[in-house]
Amino acid sequence: MKHLLSTHSLSVDDIVGILDVADHMTEINSRSVAKVPALRGKTVASVFFEDSTRTRLSFESAAKRLSADTMTFSASSSSVNKGESLRDTIETLSAMGVDAFVVRHKSSGAPQAITQWTNASIINAGDGWHQHPTQALLDAYTITRSFGTKDSLKGRSIAIVGDIKHSRVARSDIDVFTRLGAQVVLVAPPTLLPHDIATWGVTTCGSIDEVVGSVDVLYMLRMQFERMDSGVIPGLGEYTARFALTPTRAAKLSPHALVMHPGPMNRGIEMVVDPSDLPGSRILQQVTNGVSVRMAVLFTILGSGATATLQQGVDA
Amino acid sequence: MSIVDKPSTEILGAEDVSRAITRIAHEIIERNTDLSSVVIVGMQTGGTWIAERLCEAIERITGGTRVPLGAVDISMYRDDYSLRPIVLSAPTEIPVDLTERRVVLVDDVLFTGRTVRAALEALNDYGRPRAVQLAVMVDRGHRELPIRPDYVGKNIPTHPTDEVAVGSNGVFVSSESEAV
Repeated sequence: MKHLLSTHSLSVDDIVGILDVADHMTEINSRSVAKVPALRGKTVASVFFEDSTRTRLSFESAAKRLSADTMTFSASSSSVNKGESLRDTIETLSAMGVDAFVVRHKSSGAPQAITQWTNASIINAGDGWHQHPTQALLDAYTITRSFGTKDSLKGRSIAIVGDIKHSRVARSDIDVFTRLGAQVVLVAPPTLLPHDIATWGVTTCGSIDEVVGSVDVLYMLRMQFERMDSGVIPGLGEYTARFALTPTRAAKLSPHALVMHPGPMNRGIEMVVDPSDLPGSRILQQVTNGVSVRMAVLFTILGSGATATLQQGVDA
Repeated sequence: MSIVDKPSTEILGAEDVSRAITRIAHEIIERNTDLSSVVIVGMQTGGTWIAERLCEAIERITGGTRVPLGAVDISMYRDDYSLRPIVLSAPTEIPVDLTERRVVLVDDVLFTGRTVRAALEALNDYGRPRAVQLAVMVDRGHRELPIRPDYVGKNIPTHPTDEVAVGSNGVFVSSESEAV
């Protein structure tokens, strides 16, 4: 595997393989010395054109636990402010010797475009509304390991609640969950569903109350105000009344049901209940697992010996 | 896999392998008077079954002393990962903190010594052992590092291109045919 741009480019075997490698990484993370020399001499650059806390730090700690060197680039403090283009930025960093770029960008398809400008591997850490493949992998890892089913989500019902339309997490999760055998139901107001939803192979539902008592996993999405045009929802009060997870609704969850959220949470909007009060909450476990799964992705891409060291000179 | 026909020669039979395991168990008991500090650690995946059999043999010989049994996966510690793809074997499982323990590291074949070097580095991440001893079923020579075994099932002179297979059913060596 050279790049990880989208969940669609992964076969079910690829997905299961990465989750198996993540078990090794979880074992490493549980030790007192949580570090192995597997990627010594490799350089991983995180290039973030959008804000991020957990994804950027998760990739960085994943790279460090595998002994890779890391470089961090954030657009807000870079020469992008002087007008440097994405292509020039990537070519400049490549010239310093980078084996993998972890890229987040507000435009869908930016990571794909970057593959033309460098010999390094590209890992998509979220591009616009399009994809966030490592989030889907860590979510699948969290659910399969919580239920002890190892590599299958067969027969599990998973409700994804909230802003589906603007969510790359939802697009990635739906693809991975359905291919691992889960039944996915989307719970959202019609204005927050994409127009082509009929082709996605999922069912939809207009109210969280209809599903909360029966699902195995309740996956709450963040309201992404930064991506919304005005007027997609009548008002936050109404959204919260119909779609938020409240203590009353949480009480109706099955005893074995998991509650998940990709973070960051909007407390009081989609999460009215404190997740630390929910025995089924896996929200912090998702963060922990994220490091293991990203280690597995980095190791799969850089550790197999398949990637030639970048030798691209400035005058190549 | 080579397409050249490689005739395989049986060096040890199943009985010989069992006897070697029993003998090594005796040597471990003799060398480590305080068995309570001993941990047997098999290298994934070729050494794990031998480690299990050693534990059973020690229990049988001593009349009930169980020494802790672990397994170590060294694929992330190899020094040649840029040269060939790494295949992950089963995960590491170390049941106790190794600090101040006497670790008997177990593998099927000792060849260049690079796997053992990687295993020594891996073990150190689970604590600082008092001592590490090395037990192998076959020492086939051609060391590239200053590593020597403490317990050996059988020394077998080999050519570097030979293949050595070790199982509970015996030890087999296959050589490149002369007609290459």
